[in-house]
Amino acid sequence: MLDQTVTADGRTIGGVVMEMRNITLRFGGVIAIKDISFDVREGEIRAIIGPNGAGKSSMLNVMSGFYHPQEGEVWFRGEKRRPMRPYQIARQGIARTFQNIALFDGMSVLDNIMTGRLNHMKSNFLEQAIWWGKAEREEVANRAKAEEVIDFLEIQSIRKTPVGRLPYGLKKRVELARALVAEPKILLLDEPMAGMNVEEKEDMCRFILDVNDEFGTTIVLIEHDMGVVMDLSDRVVVMDYGKKIGDGVPDEVRANQEVIDAYLGVSHD
Amino acid sequence: MFYREAGDFKTSYAADSQTFPIAFDRWRYYFVIAAGFGLLPFIINDYWSNAILLPFLIYAIAAIGLNILVGYCGQVSLGTGGFMAVGAYTSYKLMTAFPWLDMVSITILSGVMTAIVGVAFGLPSLRIKGFYLAVATLAAQFFLIWLFNRVPWFFNYSASGQISAPERSLFGQAVTGPAADPSAKYLFCLVFAFALAWLARNLTRGSVGRQWMAIRDMDIAAEIIGVNPLRAKLSAFAVSSFYVGIAGALFFTVYLGAAEPGTAFGIQKSFLVLFMVIIGGLGSIFGSFAGAAFMVLLPVLLTNVLTGAFGWDSALARHFEFVIVGGLIMFFLIVEPHGLARLWALAKEKLRLWPFPH
Ligand SMILES: Nc1ncnc2c1ncn2[C@@H]1O[C@H](COP(=O)(O)OP(=O)(O)O)[C@@H](O)[C@H]1O
Ligand SMILES: [Mg+2]
Repeated sequence: MLDQTVTADGRTIGGVVMEMRNITLRFGGVIAIKDISFDVREGEIRAIIGPNGAGKSSMLNVMSGFYHPQEGEVWFRGEKRRPMRPYQIARQGIARTFQNIALFDGMSVLDNIMTGRLNHMKSNFLEQAIWWGKAEREEVANRAKAEEVIDFLEIQSIRKTPVGRLPYGLKKRVELARALVAEPKILLLDEPMAGMNVEEKEDMCRFILDVNDEFGTTIVLIEHDMGVVMDLSDRVVVMDYGKKIGDGVPDEVRANQEVIDAYLGVSHD
Repeated sequence: MFYREAGDFKTSYAADSQTFPIAFDRWRYYFVIAAGFGLLPFIINDYWSNAILLPFLIYAIAAIGLNILVGYCGQVSLGTGGFMAVGAYTSYKLMTAFPWLDMVSITILSGVMTAIVGVAFGLPSLRIKGFYLAVATLAAQFFLIWLFNRVPWFFNYSASGQISAPERSLFGQAVTGPAADPSAKYLFCLVFAFALAWLARNLTRGSVGRQWMAIRDMDIAAEIIGVNPLRAKLSAFAVSSFYVGIAGALFFTVYLGAAEPGTAFGIQKSFLVLFMVIIGGLGSIFGSFAGAAFMVLLPVLLTNVLTGAFGWDSALARHFEFVIVGGLIMFFLIVEPHGLARLWALAKEKLRLWPFPH
């Protein structure tokens, strides 16, 4: 196992933190993922690309424990993951965003972000009911953390707005904030830039790079836009029809004939 | 004094998450509390206490309870009447089995018992949602009323099948039974309503409340960010039933004095409290009070105005009440699901800028 490499831009990438081993996932007759293995190293930005329906979201769902693969193992921080509920996986330090935004529409931006701190709450029910001591201290500490993320993502002005009223691009940003505030070890992003205009995309790219750079968060991201992926990521997994057809640094992947064929063979949306 | 939010800056996060962030609201709240505790007890009579204040306070407690379940956690329940009956019968059994037990403990224990029953009936919510859950809670409603009607142990084998509350005193003042003073009964209920509203407010503004709301808004996303759905839903059922149980106990011991399950805690009661929650505002503690006040005051008002002033037939006036309530329910469900609480907030938003709207 490689430990510690330093990238051209000076970030340190550590050993393997998560490893997918021979994952196969079926929905009835449909095989969404066919015997795929790859690893994620600490501190890197790992991209998953591929045409629509390739199985990328399914793979992210396996990583976040939402889908249970029929075959294969998930290794996290040197241990094989036993079958777990998604909320238990979240507590191990894996946070994510969704391809189709999944915010809590009835709550304000701030409350949405504060839900991301749930795993850091230790005060019990009664302490919260009387709002005394630990409960109030935790609330204030979590609020401070939430404000840090709000500043970081530049969404101060919409703090108290109900998320239902926000435009699409801002919703995506709030969803990122909710995931970030959990201070995850691994952040899984499902098409964080889909549906955004150029300016919003640039902002989002910058945020992703900053998160990785400032907090050292490991990021796995799904993206359609080849250009964006090549700029952002350290290593890329390419999927097509549920199979892995490429894996490596962006330049390697770009030169791979199978990848070129897959991308030329489909029309982009 | 003008109503102002502008210029009311917060210098700490604790100050920002307090219940009434605007100073003017806070003062009005202190005023209402002071009047409720310090003034009303000295001026109320039997009529005010029985026709308005007691039902208002008791229904407000029930409405807060149901609002926690429906408005905050998004789990429908039509079993409120049945759960109120659990509180009532628990208090009856405790009062008769342990005559030395004080009324505060009896009322709280009735809430605890109802919480346990509520969790048991809440278990299906882990599997079923929406309409199917509503039907399951409806089944709970009918089962519980049937149980209290049919099992004589619950009504101590009394010939009439009724239960009646013996006299109990607190600090030397009778709070139950025919001899109890209206202001003593009122204060007893007020203390519970105040304390329970305060606890509910704390629970709903912190992480427990956010878990409930996350489950309400999108349960799958909630689970993926770390909410344990089992704990969130069952805790909502427990807290909700605790409130409803206390309301049921007070309704029987303090307000009615004697009860028969079908009439006192039937399905109409479930709907009445649900209407309070919808009209007052889903997901609002203040709205629960507003809804309870509205539903308690409306019939009183209609009887006085329609029969008293316009000379309508009283049966006609009662039917007219159904029409009004029905219309309002539709209005609030379709136009303003956040109910009176939201209308109040909108009015304040307008006031805030008055007299300079730009
Ligand atoms: N919950 C599901 N039930 C049935 N089929 C699914 C489900 N999720 C994904 N699939 C199928 O798996 C395949 C891969 O889908 P997905 O992972 O969403 O692809 P991508 O994110 O790469 O566009 C598709 O054929 C899709 O129809
Ligand atoms: Mg997808």
